[in-house]
Amino acid sequence: MRRIKILEEKFFVILSAFMTYSLIAVLGFIILVIFVKGYSALDWDMVLKTPKGGYYYGGEGGVLNAIVGSVYIAFGATLIAIFIGMPAALYINVQLVRYKRTQNTIRYFLDALWGIPSIVYGAFGFALMLFFGMNASLLAGIITVALLISPIMVRTFDEVLSTIPKGLHEASLALGSTRTETAFKVMFKQGFPGFITAVLLSFGRGIGDAASVLFTAGYTDRVPTNLDEPAATLPLAIFFQLGSPIPEVRDRAFASSIILTVIILIISLTARYLSKRYSKTNLK
Amino acid sequence: MFLTETETVSRQSDKLTVKNEVQLPILRVQHLNVFAAQNHILKDVNLEIPRNKVTVLLGPSGCGKTTLLKCINKLTDLYRELRVSGRIFIESEDILHTSTNIPSIRQKMGLLSQRPFPLPVSIYKNVSYGLKLKGIRDKKLIDFSVEKHLREVGLWEEVKHRLNAPATSLSIGQQQRLCLARGLAVKPSIILADEPTSALDPISSKIIENLFRDLKKHYTIILVTHVLRQAIRLADHVIFMYDGEIIEQGSPEELFGNPQTDKLRAYLVDGN
Repeated sequence: MRRIKILEEKFFVILSAFMTYSLIAVLGFIILVIFVKGYSALDWDMVLKTPKGGYYYGGEGGVLNAIVGSVYIAFGATLIAIFIGMPAALYINVQLVRYKRTQNTIRYFLDALWGIPSIVYGAFGFALMLFFGMNASLLAGIITVALLISPIMVRTFDEVLSTIPKGLHEASLALGSTRTETAFKVMFKQGFPGFITAVLLSFGRGIGDAASVLFTAGYTDRVPTNLDEPAATLPLAIFFQLGSPIPEVRDRAFASSIILTVIILIISLTARYLSKRYSKTNLK
Repeated sequence: MFLTETETVSRQSDKLTVKNEVQLPILRVQHLNVFAAQNHILKDVNLEIPRNKVTVLLGPSGCGKTTLLKCINKLTDLYRELRVSGRIFIESEDILHTSTNIPSIRQKMGLLSQRPFPLPVSIYKNVSYGLKLKGIRDKKLIDFSVEKHLREVGLWEEVKHRLNAPATSLSIGQQQRLCLARGLAVKPSIILADEPTSALDPISSKIIENLFRDLKKHYTIILVTHVLRQAIRLADHVIFMYDGEIIEQGSPEELFGNPQTDKLRAYLVDGN
């Protein structure tokens, strides 16, 4: 009997360790492939120049248009999502604290919204655009991506807020704070690391999504200078270059992937630093 | 020394008002009932809390002590399933039926819970938090008040060099005293303490108990505990609750020396 237990224990330890490390290995492999394939095409021109004539046939230029477009769209959309998501998550956890059923219904709907494929958001954004008589533009892209990432923002922040002990909530009220003061001065502060994670996840999803911007932001070789101009994005730049029959252009698709990955890495590290720095005062 | 007649009269009336103020209960609860779905948590509770005394709410777990405290500072509002009826008078205001805003009612009471919940800010800001809510902006006044209340709970010497350190860097006993200081800074007249020493080590518990002995000169303390020895050490007035009802209330000599009911008698035997 004991032997079986020992064997069983060993089997599951090895199995779970294998699964964990193979997942990390796959991720490592993806990054390795991107770097190996894209490294040769990566130079300062890629980052600092817009596509010149013949770029898509292996000519001169870079993907500055897509880098700037993606960063604009992701920042703009994240900013809007913060303005929607932060009050919404605080509302669910502070004002609705008495109404468990309403809280759960709202959470259910937000989870459903989270699960909607981004192409559906793209189609919705496109319909909205036509309704308002807008062209494919930076603004339309920002709005569509904001819609896409808002549920992620709310639910991620909400998950953290919901784990804050009720005692802290009560302590704040007992000192004479109103609900709004409790929400912004105590709950937001205590949930700040979670808020950073929410922002990071939303930004990552926003900058990496191709389907939602396909029809709404359009594509252009120019760096957008205005909200009603179309804007290129990195995922679409990767998509167009990867479809090319010319090997050099396909390598540039991988170089663009490196750029996208590095941008996400920088945002992620900054967010971790900020969250660590500002959570020292938090109740453990 | 001779006093004129008018002086004598005025002195006597002074004494009378002081006496009256001391004797008049600071808090009265009348016919308080609390229901939660099918449960009747508090059953027709009637009690009076004497001013500047330590009143101990004693009773087994689940008898409604904490719910009673939550009714007193209206934290029952956070629980939709609780239905509260009856009257709770603080001074002469019925806080269950009043138009006064709830935050200002809550500021009449400081709350100390089972484990400390310091706000996610520095030690200094924990104490100044309530002052700022009250609209006090004068830095000197806030500094003065922070020092005064940290001294009041015996924490000043321990933290004066690190007021800007996170409150969570303090030991749990210190955190509980910080929470007390934070509550006192709002100038309450009542301190509600819900088993405030249950998460603390014996030394920290003793410090809190000693603080209560000093603080009752200026504050009324309502202490929930199920540590019988603590009740005996601190109580000036005892309320014994069982299953949502008040079984006996009175002076500790009466209740501990000569319990009238079987329930209290059994509790005193088991509690020891």
